[in-house]
Parts: sequence; structure tokens; C-alpha cells
Amino acid sequence: MSLLEIKNAKLKLDDKDILKGLSLSVNSGEVHAIMGPNGSGKSTLSYMLAGRDGYELESGEVFLEGQSLSDMEADERARSGLFLAFQYPVELPGVGGMSFLREAVNSRRKFLGEEELDHLAFVKEARKVASKMFVKDEMLKRAVNVGFSGGEKKRFEILQMAMLKPKVSILDETDSGLDVDALKIVSDGVNAQRNDENAIVVITHYQRLLDYIVPDFVHILSDGIIIKSGGPELALEVEKNGYAGLINAA
Amino acid sequence: MVATQETIDKVKEVSSTYKYGFVTDLEAEKAPLGLSEDIVKFISHKKKEPKWLLEWRLKAYKKWLSMEAPNWAMVDFPKINFQDIYYYSAPKTKPKLNSLDEVDPELLRTYEKLGIPIKEQEVLAGVAVDYVFDSVSVATTFREKLAKEGIIFCPISEAVQSHPDLVKKYIGSVIPISDNYYAALNSAVFTDGSFVYIPKDVKCPMELSTYFRINEQNSGQFERTLIIAEDNTYVSYLEGCTAPQRDENQLHAAVVELVAMNNAEIKYSTVQNWYPGDKDGKGGIYNFVTKRGNCLGKKSKISWTQVETGSAITWKYPSCVLKGDDSVGEFYSVAVANNAQQADTGTKMIHIGKNTKSTIISKGISAGKAQNTYRGQVQIQKNAKGSRNFTQCDSLLIGDKCGAHTVPYINQFTPHARVEHEATTSKISEDQLFYCLQRGLDTEQATSLIVNGFCKEVMKELPMEFAVEAQKLIGISLEGSVG
Ligand SMILES: Nc1ncnc2c1ncn2[C@@H]1O[C@H](COP(=O)(O)OP(=O)(O)OP(=O)(O)O)[C@@H](O)[C@H]1O
Ligand SMILES: [Mg+2]
Repeated sequence: MSLLEIKNAKLKLDDKDILKGLSLSVNSGEVHAIMGPNGSGKSTLSYMLAGRDGYELESGEVFLEGQSLSDMEADERARSGLFLAFQYPVELPGVGGMSFLREAVNSRRKFLGEEELDHLAFVKEARKVASKMFVKDEMLKRAVNVGFSGGEKKRFEILQMAMLKPKVSILDETDSGLDVDALKIVSDGVNAQRNDENAIVVITHYQRLLDYIVPDFVHILSDGIIIKSGGPELALEVEKNGYAGLINAA
Repeated sequence: MVATQETIDKVKEVSSTYKYGFVTDLEAEKAPLGLSEDIVKFISHKKKEPKWLLEWRLKAYKKWLSMEAPNWAMVDFPKINFQDIYYYSAPKTKPKLNSLDEVDPELLRTYEKLGIPIKEQEVLAGVAVDYVFDSVSVATTFREKLAKEGIIFCPISEAVQSHPDLVKKYIGSVIPISDNYYAALNSAVFTDGSFVYIPKDVKCPMELSTYFRINEQNSGQFERTLIIAEDNTYVSYLEGCTAPQRDENQLHAAVVELVAMNNAEIKYSTVQNWYPGDKDGKGGIYNFVTKRGNCLGKKSKISWTQVETGSAITWKYPSCVLKGDDSVGEFYSVAVANNAQQADTGTKMIHIGKNTKSTIISKGISAGKAQNTYRGQVQIQKNAKGSRNFTQCDSLLIGDKCGAHTVPYINQFTPHARVEHEATTSKISEDQLFYCLQRGLDTEQATSLIVNGFCKEVMKELPMEFAVEAQKLIGISLEGSVG
């Protein structure tokens, strides 16, 4: 089944065309990788999907599990199972990680008609997931992303993903800023969540990540459209030859 | 001011009675409209007060007549007509409703969000309940427990009768009648409030007033509180209630005096949620409060914590006079102003003794078209060598029509002291909001979380049970301010 369907998406920012008719179809159980030069519109695509203010489509449409997203606010989309791991996670001074996560998880559970977790049950669950991701309990007590190192921030994003159990996850350059060991831990964390019911879209500049999180499809995004799609071998080609050849051919 | 016929009649009636030396009990439930010497006498008589107190009130009244309403605060409101206020009415019983179904749904929604149990909701909303509310018996039990320790905790009007020496010695000792316009007014016409006395070497075994929050509601618009902590004592006092409080009296002018002897510690926490008025500020409460604590003893400590979310206008500067050597003053404040609310609040730390220490943490949150001012004075007097002050004032703006102002006054009369002041202004960023929304939180949850994060340093000073409610309250008072 198609979990995420993007049809001919066009979007302007400040009167500048950024997405120029982008289409993509992601089925359950699949992992897609999106690669593309700086400024090609990858983060814009992720913000558009997540429903950020100012990133409304000019034309085209997006469906999550067959439901059109056009009338859904960012928080409704999130509760419906759309997750975005931010390229630049945002600091929330004074907001404890544990209470933040708990509100997030309970919002999602409420949406799913599941019982909300009380404090104790939640802490137990969070600790379990955290230990799998080698995230120290201490980090959950700190204010969200405040003073976290670049790598810690990314790890915390994936921890949230694991807690929220989304249908569709978009990981925007989750690998950037990670050391070798962290890259493996984070990838393991993502892989552990792969199943037949969900789908993952990873945005990355580096083929290396795709050795760990092996995609079913690789797409090349250039200047607001997907110029080429293929299997994992496409990423190797990019690694070797850069984007120029692909862009010229398109 | 044109006196109404009613006033003229009542005053005549009252003053003729007074001539005969208070022989007959006055039947009137309410004093006539307006303020005069006779009204002051009326109140004192109603409360069967001793002569010294009546004289004290009259002195205050005369002083008040000679004073002008202050206009230095950054608040703006039409001139108050003091002749258009009732200064005394017999303890009110609220109009009784038959069930919660008759209560304003808006109010119920707020109670629910605050997590107030149904039974308490009924009492708060004035539903006639046939069971005796628990807190009545709880109150009695606790009073007995306190009495065993020698602690006096009762309405100040009762203390005037039962412990006149203590009241006489300390009332006005921290805030003299001439201190300011509203304090003078309060001294002349105060109706009731709390009295607390902690005898030497006693640590008060419970937070005072938690259990009384429902029963203590009708203390009136001119509340007067006096807390005395003798040597080696500790007491934590909670004032107010997170549940929204409506009151037909627009002007509230309370006075709170604290006295701490050697090694005594008083922790005074307030949650103020008086009716702020409608979106344009119409009908809200004017909250003009004078609060001050004297750290008389060595190593004494007074700590003010306040969460101010209500009232149309707040004018309030809980202060500490640090007389005792090594004494400590603290002020932790969260002031939320939304819509048309105006808050001008802060503190004064007056360092007199040696090695005295004060800490000021103020968090101001403005939304809508609200104006929020921190006004603080730190004074280090000549002999206060080795004293230190640290002040941190943070302002958070929500939207771009509101304002935040920081007005620090520092007077340092000795070089042997250290005063530090830090101030920041920030906004809830679009990035932060989007990040929260992307995790499934709605705008209100997100705002509440971010704002509570901003206030964390202050919230953690509140007693636990208060803190949880206060957190929710902050969220509720900002509803609709974002997005
Ligand atoms: N508010 C804005 N107004 C105008 N242009 C914008 C705005 N925000 C982003 N852009 C432009 O849109 C283009 C796409 O940006 P985007 O962040 O989506 O790129 P990206 O593919 O994620 O790049 P990177 O690999 O560097 O993360 C860029 O040229 C950027 O400058
Ligand atoms: Mg990007």
C-alpha cells in the first residue's frame, strides 16, 4: 500500500520556485533515499510534508495513507504518524526531555485510541528505548537539545522516532555530524524500526549511511524535481562521479 | 463627588449611633457606599475592635486623605472613585446553584484543565452541597495540630481579640501606615486576612493555608496579613488559589507584613489568578498590593515566590529589608500578562546588615497587547559591607503587540559589596513552535511547555502541589495567544 504519495508538488518561497513539480510514491515496508546538491530543495520538501507554516503547496497534492494532507495542520499530521527528524534540531530551554517526550507520545497514543501512559510507565519505556540507543538517562532529564552536541541531537531525534512509532519517517541528514560509532548506533536504531507497516525516507549527502540503512530506492533531487530514481547503485554512482553528470543528462 | 442619598442616610444613621458609644448593635449588613471617618468607625465597630486599633485606623485614614495616588508605575487606568466603593459588607455567602450544570461552562472547562476534583469544583463554583466539605474537618484537625506546637494561625480579626499584644506590637511595624497610598487605605479599612505566629524553636509542620484554600476565599478586597517568626523557626505560607477567582470588587489593596527573627525562615508563595477582565480589560481586578518582610534577626531569611497570572492591573513589589547580619532575601517571580493586562511588578531588596544576600529572579511573559514591567530596587546601605545581590530579569514576548520593560534601580553606598544584574528578552521562535507541533503537540500545549520551560527556575521554588497547578495555569492564561 502507498503510505506517502506526493503528486506534482510545486512550492514557492519568497516568490522563488523551490519545488517544481515533484512526485514520489512510497509504499509500506520501503526505505527511500533522497540525495541532491545543496539547495536543491530537500529540507524544503521535508518541511512541506510536515506542514510547516509558509510551506504550503502552490499546486499538487500529498497523501498520507490515502488521506490528503492539504487541510491538516502540522500537529495533526504528526499525530497521524508523520515524523520528521530535523536537520537542525531545535533547543527548548527549560523543557525537560522526559516531559516533552511524554506529551508527544501521549498525543500520538490518544490519536490512536490507545491509553495514555502515566508517568511511571512512560519513564520505564523511555529508559528501555534510550538504553538501546546508548542514550544516557541523564540526557532525558536535560532540557531538549540544549547544550547537546551535534551527534547527541541527532541521536535524540531517532530516540523520539522510536518512541513515537510513526508510519512515515523523514530523516533529514540525520547522519551529518555523527562519528563512526554513532553512525552505526543511529543506523541500528533506524533499522530496528523498519517493518512492513511503515516507511522511511532518508535524506543524505553520503553514500556511507546507505551501507548501514540499505534503501530500496534512491532518488536524485535537483533544482526542485526528482531527476533520476534507481536502486542503491545510484548512490554509488553519485559518490563516484558527483551530481554534474546526472544533472546534465536530465 | 456627589454623595448619594443612600450614603447620606446611612452615614447619618451610623454616626448618630456612634454618638451613643456603640451601645446597640448595628443591623446593617453593608456599610454605606463611600469612605469617610464614619465608615472607618463602622468597620472597627463591626469587628468589635479595641480602641487602639480604631485610633490606628483613623490615623491611617487621615494620612490617606493627605496622600496622592501614585502614578509612577507603567500602568494606565481610569481614576478610581473611592467614594463609589463599599468598604464593609458582612461575610458573603455566594449565590447557591443547584448543580454544576448551572455553572458557566467556561469556568468548568478551566477547573477541569487545572485538574481540580469535582467536589472542590462544586464548592468553588458555589453549588449548594449537602455533604460537609472535607476541608472543614481537615481545617479543625490541622488547627489542633498547630496549636499543639504553639503556632497561632487564624484570621487577623480573631487575633486582634485573642492576641492583641502581638498584633499591636507588629501591625504596621514593617509597612507603616504612611508607607504608600494603598497601604494607608488598607490600614484604614482592612477587613480581614491571616495571622501567623511561630514561637521560638518551632518548625511549622505543614504548609500553611493549602488546606484552607476554599474556605479562605472571602477575605475581601482589603486583606491584611501578618506573619511573625521567632528565633530558629521555619514557616511556609501559601496564598491564593489557581482556580480563577471572580469578584465584583474591582479594587484590591492588600497588605502583607512578615517579620523574621534570628535564624528564622519565612517562605511566602503566591498564586494570583484574579479575573483579568475581558479581552479589552473591561471588568478586571486592580491588584495594588504592598508586601514587605523584615529580616530583623541574624541569619534570618525571607523568600517571596509569586506566580501572577490574573488581574487587569498588577502593582506589586514584595520586598525584603535585610537588617540582621547575614540575612537573606529572595524574590522569585513569574508574571504573565495577556490581552489587555498590565503588570508592573518587582521587588526591593534593602541591605542594611553586614554580609546580607539577596537573589532576584524575575520572569515576565507578555502576550496580546499586554504590558509587563519589572521594577526592582537594590539598595546597599553604608554598613552593609560584604553584601551581595544577584538579579536576573528575563522577558518573553509572544506576538509583536505586547511590551516588556525592565527598570532596575541600584543604589550602592559602600564599595564593599557586589551587585550583579542580568537581563534578557526573547521570543517564542517559530522554529520552537514548529518543532513541538511536529511531535504532535498542539499550539497550546507547545506554548505552555515552552513558557513553563522559561519559568522553570521560579516554578521549582513553589511547593510541589502548587507547582503542578501553577504550570497548568500559565498554559491556560496564554490560551489563544499564539497561532
Ligand atoms: N524563506 C526562503 N525564501 C527564499 N528561499 C529560500 C527560503 N528558504 C530556503 N530557500 C532556498 O530554497 C532552496 C532549497 O533549500 P533547502 O534547505 O530545501 O535545500 P537542501 O536541499 O535541504 O540543501 P542542503 O543540502 O544544504 O541541506 C535554497 O536555495 C534556499 O536558499
Ligand atoms: Mg537541507
